[in-house]
This record gives sequence, C-alpha cells and structure tokens, in this order.
Amino acid sequence: MTSMQTAENADIAIDIDNLSIHFGSGEDLVKAVDQVSFKIPAKQSFGLVGESGSGKSTILRALAGLNTHCGGQMLLAGEALQNERSKAFYKKVQMVFQDPYASLHPRHTIDKILAEPLAIHGLDNAERRISEVMEQVALPTKFRFRYPHQLSGGQRQRVAIARALILEPKILLLDEPTSALDVSIQAEILNLLNRLRDELSLTYLLVSHDLGVVSYMCEQIAVMQHGKLVELLEVDEHGESHAQHPYTVQLNLASKGYDREVIGQFIDHD
Amino acid sequence: MSDLPNSDQLLHIDNLNVEFPSVHGPVQAVRNVSFSMGREKIAIVGESGSGKSQTGRAILGLSPGNVTADKLVFDGTDLQTLSMRDYREIRGKRISMVMQDPKYSLNPVMKVGKQMIEACQVQMKISKKDAHTRCMDMLEAVRIRDPKRVFNAYPHEVSGGMGQRIMIAMMLLSSPDLLIADEPTSALDVTVQLQVLAIMDDLVKERGMGLILISHDLPLVASFCDRILVMYAGRIVEEIGASELDQAKHPYTRGLLSCLPSNASKGQPLATLQRQESWLNSSLDAEGNLV
Ligand SMILES: Nc1ncnc2c1ncn2[C@@H]1O[C@H](COP(=O)(O)OP(=O)(O)OP(=O)(O)O)[C@@H](O)[C@H]1O
Ligand SMILES: Nc1ncnc2c1ncn2[C@@H]1O[C@H](COP(=O)(O)OP(=O)(O)OP(=O)(O)O)[C@@H](O)[C@H]1O
Ligand SMILES: [Mg+2]
Ligand SMILES: [Mg+2]
Repeated sequence: MTSMQTAENADIAIDIDNLSIHFGSGEDLVKAVDQVSFKIPAKQSFGLVGESGSGKSTILRALAGLNTHCGGQMLLAGEALQNERSKAFYKKVQMVFQDPYASLHPRHTIDKILAEPLAIHGLDNAERRISEVMEQVALPTKFRFRYPHQLSGGQRQRVAIARALILEPKILLLDEPTSALDVSIQAEILNLLNRLRDELSLTYLLVSHDLGVVSYMCEQIAVMQHGKLVELLEVDEHGESHAQHPYTVQLNLASKGYDREVIGQFIDHD
Repeated sequence: MSDLPNSDQLLHIDNLNVEFPSVHGPVQAVRNVSFSMGREKIAIVGESGSGKSQTGRAILGLSPGNVTADKLVFDGTDLQTLSMRDYREIRGKRISMVMQDPKYSLNPVMKVGKQMIEACQVQMKISKKDAHTRCMDMLEAVRIRDPKRVFNAYPHEVSGGMGQRIMIAMMLLSSPDLLIADEPTSALDVTVQLQVLAIMDDLVKERGMGLILISHDLPLVASFCDRILVMYAGRIVEEIGASELDQAKHPYTRGLLSCLPSNASKGQPLATLQRQESWLNSSLDAEGNLV
C-alpha cells in the first residue's frame, strides 16, 4: 500500500502492529480486534470508521491502557507500550470517551472535573487554565459550578473534550467526539481541533461514524468490520477517497440519506 | 400549526414551558412550545441546550423542572390531570422514550437480557418464556449480530452502538403509540442507522405509531421525517416540511445547514454560526421575515 511507504519516511506517532484483542472464551469468545495494523505519522489525523461493534473503541481503549491485548504490539513514537501506563503517558496521550456521561463523575462540578487532572499532574494556574479551556470549547462560564446532570448532552461532551485538552497532550484519541453535538457546535469543535493540531503539532486518532466528518478531518481512513481492518483509504485534498471494498461502498451509499428501497437491499458482508 | 384539536391528533401541545430554578433566577429551558402531530414522523432539531430533550421528557412527565402547559393532550387524554399511577401506565406502554445516554439508562450491574425481560413483563404482562422470545426477536430486529451473547452480557461489555440498539429494542417491546427517540442512532454506523430507522418507519406506516425523532443530523431527518421543528433557545423558531429543508427561511436554520462538513473544502475552516440576539424572541412571519 502506498500510504505505508510514505508513512515509513515520516515520524510515526502511533504504530499498531498486528494487534489482537479478545474477550471471553469458548462459545462466547469475541475477537474484538483481529490482527489489525496501521501507522499514524506524527501530526496526522487518522480516521477509524466501520461497523458498530467492529472494535474501534477497543483499539482506542487498548492504546489508553484500559484493555489488555493478546497479540501484536502498539508503539508510541517507536517505543513499545507495556501493560502499565505511566503518569507521563497520560500527560502525552489523552482520550475523549464515546459515552461522556458515564465518564464524568456525577457528584463533581465541572470545575472539579477540570481541576482534577491538573492536580494529578501537579500543574499550577488551575484558575486560568480552566477558564481558558472552557472558552476553547465554547462552554459559557456560568456552567462552571454545575453538575453533569444539569447540562445538556452536547454541553457534557464539551466538558469531556475540555478535560482532555487541559493537559495539553500531544496525541488525542477521540471516540465519536462530535456525534452528540449539533452541527454548529460540531463545526466549532472541529475547527478548534484543526487549529490546535496546527498550533501544537498534535496527532489525532478519530473514531466517527460520520463519513463527512472523517473525510473533512483526516488524511487517512481505516475501515473496520468484525474486528478486522478491511480497507485503508487515502483522502485527497478534495476530501475524496476511492473505496473498493463492498462494505465501504455500502457505507458510502448509506451516508446519502434515508431511502427505504435502498435499505432493503443492504447485505451483511460476513 | 392548527389550533383545533382534531380526532386523528395523537399529541397536542399548547404553550409548553419548562423552567429550572437557579441562583441567577429561573432558567427557561423550554419556552412556549406548541405543536400537534398525528401518526407521522416529526423531527426536532436545534442547538445543543435548546430544550429538545426537556420537551421530550415533559411529554413523558419525567422532566425534573417546573412544567406548565395550556394543553398537553395525548390521544384524547389530558396528561396534566393524570395521577402518578395512570401516568406510569401510559409511560412505557403507550408512550416510550429512547433516552440520549443509552448506557446511562441501563443498569450497569444487571445483565442486558434480565433488564429486557423485566421491562417486557412490566409492560406486557406476559410469561417469562414469551418475554424471552420477544426480547430475542427485538434484538435481532435491531440487527444485533449475536443476540444470544448480548443477552447474557453486562452493559459495559457491549459497544456504544449496541447499547443504543438495546435501548431501542427495549422501547419497542410493547409497541407504543408514540415513540420519542432522543438521538437514538448517533453512535451507529450509517448502514445500521438506516436499518434501525427503517424499523421505526415500518411501525409508523404499518401500525400507525407516531414518532418524534430528536436529532442533530439535518440531512438525515430531511430524508427520513415528514416535518421538522427547529428549536433555538427553548423555542420552536421554524416548522418546515422535511423535503423543503433546503428552502428554510430562518437564519438559524440556514446557518445550521451551512456548518455541515460536507459543504466545506478540506483545509478550510467550517462556517460557524453568528448567533443574533434577535433570534431569542422574534418569530418568522408568513413572508419569512423575522419580526
Ligand atoms: N469488556 C468487554 N467484555 C466483553 N466484550 C466486550 C468488552 N468490550 C467490548 N466487547 C465486545 O467487543 C466488540 C467490539 O466493541 P467496541 O466497543 O470496540 O466496538 P465499536 O467498533 O467501538 O462499536 P460502536 O461503533 O458501536 O461503538 C463488541 O462485540 C463488544 O461487545
Ligand atoms: N436539571 C437541570 N437543572 C438546570 N438546568 C438544566 C437541567 N437539565 C437541563 N438543563 C438546561 O436546560 C437546557 C435544555 O436542555 P436539554 O437537555 O433539553 O437540551 P437539548 O436541546 O436536548 O441539548 P443536546 O442536543 O445537547 O442534548 C440546557 O441549557 C440545560 O443546561
Ligand atoms: Mg465504540
Ligand atoms: Mg438532549
């Protein structure tokens, strides 16, 4: 694949090498991630799309040290990740979870949620950093002393993004970061992510089911199905990619909108 | 929006308000919302925090805020005069809501199947065995590949999109007359998303269910729903036939359409909304001017 050749010359921020992650055993064995490989050059945005349940979140969670893998390896800037993650790792790599509500402490105010990572990493100027990051994600200051349940879904998602940004990481793992947001806030967040990437030389691994979003944001897109990477796409400067795999072709068709006739003809690509 | 409630009206809402007390005075989450619907598919779109979920919750009698309305009538029943007990009867059986945070609505320490069977038995008063069959059928209907495994899994063992489909399956168990679906498919890949919407579409066409779909996905609701209500800062600022969305008049609606990544060139920033003070209280007149 041509992308691999260009990637080899550049700095590789994330190298996923023949990664496998299984859950359960016997009849209930799930090969959530099945021998997946890809490389993300530093400062790139890499998109991960695919079927629901195909292992996208599992890969992100494994990178973040929340899942153990049973095969292959993950390298960060050339260094293989061990099972234990250090504090320094989390200063460098942050994740925004798919389920923002579940990942925000229900009894902590937004202020406390944002102050906590700063305290853990011994960073000062909490006051200034918190108001800055809230402004970056367009959260009005009046929300600062509210609890998560007092916010709308999109407001909570912005808290989750702010919490990841506050440590000024180098790599962001973003699991459906804008799927709970309306398109105007989505536009602001995507612009923010692109601006930060340029300013701070960040690398993104972005999971989204929205092909419009990944085509706009990313240079490469990996398509997953059933734990396997079925297609690796290059996105050209016009946001176009040339899908060949029948599953990807069907995804493209589905993103054109609702048409009862067409849906009846969808097939499961097993 | 007609003023006269007629018999094929499934839901009639007049002047709904939801307010939360706060230290800075009351926050009006929903302001003067009025609409009627039959057994059709309507969409509520609009900005984060504009009151979409609170509108849905108020219909179900589950809003934590102060709810007032001149009329809140479901299929001839005045919801505002119902006892807690009667409301509970209607909720779940005749009106269901798929909540926005699917996994949060599931009990984390109980297996998915057990929760589904319990819900099914409460709603339908059927034997455990029949409930089991019904639940497995519903999981298959929402295109869960491996219903047996998912049935025996805990919520943290399923993916985001599977969690959403489990919630949808649970809400459809009792064949409700009105389904309020709050961002029900936002975590699904587009193929499965359409397949799940097709299930709801069939229920509307074949069994006369009414559907309120709360969504951020404008192109999707334009192709799927019959009518679209656009909310901004607690109010409905525009109501438009789904197929006419591209002719929307309100600057907010037009602004939303222009923010879509599919309308942008790669490398250029996306258009963002410049919100106007005047949108808070003005309305569109018949000519499409803000007054
Ligand atoms: N802790 C776990 N125990 C058992 N199975 C799990 C666990 N976590 C994930 N799985 C299974 O692994 C598979 C992949 O899940 P994952 O969350 O990675 O999917 P996904 O691609 O992110 O899907 P979605 O788009 O729906 O979020 C699923 O079949 C899921 O049920
Ligand atoms: N318990 C509460 N106490 C105080 N304010 C609340 C509470 N619940 C919601 N709100 C506020 O009410 C407003 C409307 O919230 P709602 O959840 O209906 O928004 P939404 O349109 O569904 O947004 P989203 O698209 O982000 O889910 C928001 O500004 C929110 O902060
Ligand atoms: Mg996921
Ligand atoms: Mg909501």
